[in-house]
Amino acid sequence: MPKDSGIGASSKRREDVRFLTGAGNYTDDINIRGQAHVYFLRSDVAHGKINGIDSSTAEAMPGVVRIFTGKDFEGIGGLPCGWQVTDRHGEVMQEPPHPVLAQGKVRHVGDPIAAVVADTAEQARDAAEAIEVDLEELPAVINMKEALKEGATKVHDDLTSNLCYDWGFVEENKGAVEEAIQNAAHVTTLELVNNRLVANPMEPRVAVGDFERGTGNSTLYTTSQNPHVIRLLMGAFVLGIPEHKLRVVAPDVGGGFGTKIFHYAEEAFCTFAAKAINRPVKWTSSRSEAFISDAHGRDHVTKIELALDADNNFTAIRTETHANMGAYLSTFAPSVPTWLHGVLMAGNYKTPNIYVNVKAVFTNTVPVDAYRGAGRPEATYQLERVIDKAARELGVDPIALRRQNFITEFPYDTPVAVTYDTGDYGATMDKLEEMADIAGFAERRKQSEAKGKLRGLGINCYIEACGIAPSNLVGQLGARAGLYESATVRVNATGGLVVMTGSHSHGQGHETAFPQVIADMIGIDESMVEIVHGDTANTPMGMGTYGSRSLAVGGSAMVRAAEKVINKAKKIAAHLMEASDADIELKDGAFSVAGTDKSVAWGDVCLAAYVPHNYPLEDIEPGLEETAFYDPSNFTYPSGAYACEVEVDPDTGKVTIERMMAADDFGNVVNPMIVSGQVHGGLAQGIGQALLENCVYDENGQLLSASYMDYAMPRAADLPNFEVDHSCATPCTHNPLGVKGCGEAGAIGSPPSVVNAVIDALNSGGKDVPHIDMPMSPARVWAAMNGAAATGHGTAEGRSLGGASS
Amino acid sequence: MTSVKMTVNGKSVSGEVEGRTLLVSFLREQAGLTGTHVGCDTSQCGACLVHVNGDAVKSCTMLALEAEGAEVATIEGQANADGSLNVIQQAFQDHHGLQCGFCTPGMVMSAAALLKENPKPSETEIREYLQGNICRCTGYHNIVKAVLAASGQDVGAIAAE
Repeated sequence: MPKDSGIGASSKRREDVRFLTGAGNYTDDINIRGQAHVYFLRSDVAHGKINGIDSSTAEAMPGVVRIFTGKDFEGIGGLPCGWQVTDRHGEVMQEPPHPVLAQGKVRHVGDPIAAVVADTAEQARDAAEAIEVDLEELPAVINMKEALKEGATKVHDDLTSNLCYDWGFVEENKGAVEEAIQNAAHVTTLELVNNRLVANPMEPRVAVGDFERGTGNSTLYTTSQNPHVIRLLMGAFVLGIPEHKLRVVAPDVGGGFGTKIFHYAEEAFCTFAAKAINRPVKWTSSRSEAFISDAHGRDHVTKIELALDADNNFTAIRTETHANMGAYLSTFAPSVPTWLHGVLMAGNYKTPNIYVNVKAVFTNTVPVDAYRGAGRPEATYQLERVIDKAARELGVDPIALRRQNFITEFPYDTPVAVTYDTGDYGATMDKLEEMADIAGFAERRKQSEAKGKLRGLGINCYIEACGIAPSNLVGQLGARAGLYESATVRVNATGGLVVMTGSHSHGQGHETAFPQVIADMIGIDESMVEIVHGDTANTPMGMGTYGSRSLAVGGSAMVRAAEKVINKAKKIAAHLMEASDADIELKDGAFSVAGTDKSVAWGDVCLAAYVPHNYPLEDIEPGLEETAFYDPSNFTYPSGAYACEVEVDPDTGKVTIERMMAADDFGNVVNPMIVSGQVHGGLAQGIGQALLENCVYDENGQLLSASYMDYAMPRAADLPNFEVDHSCATPCTHNPLGVKGCGEAGAIGSPPSVVNAVIDALNSGGKDVPHIDMPMSPARVWAAMNGAAATGHGTAEGRSLGGASS
Repeated sequence: MTSVKMTVNGKSVSGEVEGRTLLVSFLREQAGLTGTHVGCDTSQCGACLVHVNGDAVKSCTMLALEAEGAEVATIEGQANADGSLNVIQQAFQDHHGLQCGFCTPGMVMSAAALLKENPKPSETEIREYLQGNICRCTGYHNIVKAVLAASGQDVGAIAAE
């Protein structure tokens, strides 16, 4: 029987009402009296030297207030990087400066050169066209392999090379892995590209800076997933504004998917310029601008080897990845190919020996950072593709091969530094086999073949490490921040509650799901609880929302704060009922004394806390408000099994997704409706990566896929209905809610099953195609079927390390 | 600057605009109706979709001056007279057809135009009609379900949750 409220209920989302009636308050809806607008003049070449900027004509144009260039930011900090990776030789990564406006050189198409502030956005744009930049174009490095060659053009003149770091993990295991590979009965090798993507939340980024002359306080309204992080990075490292003089507000945010985690130049600029011109300054990104200024995602080129013994047990995994950093280090970029990727390489399997090598490379492209899944999709993709390839080479069932190698005992220490607390990979695979009706596949394939189509079935498993993260652990790994979360639970005198959380909702439904937890803890209606988030002025210092961490970390902080509130309320109730604290029970919104019929309502206790006439003032303070900071002791490890069925048109190479199924273990689930929605969205993005989306640079560093005309976003008719299940639940053992996080799973788990399905379809048609790189466009599939190499920009060809990716 | 006057959600709205001012900019900046959103600059995403004289129009593809004298309907005018959600809006909430909410006004207006044209669309017809509206959050599954439900059809065929 489904619950109708509290934990486990599919409560309808309260935030929907404002979004459905046009009453949302997104950053671009914020206009401050007297505001000016900024337009950024951006580089149209990938690499160039700025010999001069003549803005005299532009300055005289109507409405222009002031034109800023790199000179105005000399002596001002650059955008900081939040993670320092130490390489396999014990050296710290190369870390170039990242100026707010270009200083002397531009390093990617989109790098901002000048900023025109004018009365209207149109005037600013008009004036920007009149700025004359003497830009000397330099050779650009786009291809990672070329970038690492001796004598290659350097993206940053002051660095020794374009190599950011050469990371080995776990370096001590390298020899054992080599030995295991040498002694293996079978080794399967696969080279592949994890295609560069653009996160593309539907709301483009916006920043509004405001400076209050009377108080000297600055405020930034911004499209951020983590306003406190922006306040800290921008205040302390860029502009030198102490946090008590700086407020950052992230109101309704129209999707993030990682790309709104990072601190961007435009935020710092608007905050800086508002003070400089003593007027609010607003920037609204166009979509075209977003493509060349939002951090991109993925962009790994990988070679993976899987060693098996004569009984098909996995004995070793070795992977070598080139990870594109782009032209500068975005906020968390160095962590993505390392600590969010290497530690996942064990997957769901008890492989004893694993070695991961990652070379992070600077190129003249937009910076690359976390995008939904961040490192974990890259790990899952290579692992689940190579396992499928091994099964095909060995002639064994891909499900049986996986099952045979599943980790079955928990907690499990992987050879890549993490401990899985719980999971049941057999259960999700059982569930998947049931959902996917694998027994009926042969018949469905026959029906497709009767229509002249090839049908394929692909499956894969995934594990993710999310709910990030234990601060002491990430500190050892190079994080320059803690990764706890915070919450303040404020009880009002009449019994209603406000939870001020450091988490941030930009589509995840916190305003609905968080109250479900509090309502259960106290036994009151969900409508008595309000969630406040997104404003540094009225929430405790929090690290924000990414890495599927809101409920696991932010929700845990809220539970801890609510427990403190309840403990204090019990003391007040004990006083009111002249009983001992230890005998007080809270149930259904009332405190009672165990073993008696005495009780006092929740609301009466709250009132007593604020009108303390009859109150234990000598023992406790009035009021009922508590704050908690929760630092997790481990990651959480959601896992699951996914299946995809495709039809391939052998005449055109077009792939159609016929069925997509996901069996996930998220531990306990607070709102099943929201969780399913999160999986749907992740699946759509994973299918988008597998079939449609690709960020394509030409050899000169021009981004060819820089609008929705050229970057293929998944649309309604590209996708099937999804079948999702999260009934296999092994609750997380180390957080109070037993929850694991669900935001990224769909995007992590789906790409390999789609590719596996296409390869299966082609092989069923007699085409011995071992691999096709994503996105599997009709041209690439057709080429693979017809024995031709899929060529064109952004394919493995030209970027892979060892020629054909087979 | 040129004067322009139109009816928006039943109320007369006028203003001074440049020739290049888009209808969406007029609605957001002069009429103060910020429910209509801008998600791209190539008329691909549909976040700005409104109704002009009863037709679905991406308001970034139309100049404000072209709407002179027109009847424009935006998301702000869609709720029932008593302020409650209309059938389509309610179906979106009931079936979790939105997450971040940014594409939602365009989706709702697009769905309304579809159902006016085709009161009982099939799932395929819904997916094809919504090709001009991009959603990055939902994977469309629950949007399709919401539109089916709003048209009074059984959503049982689409997997629960």
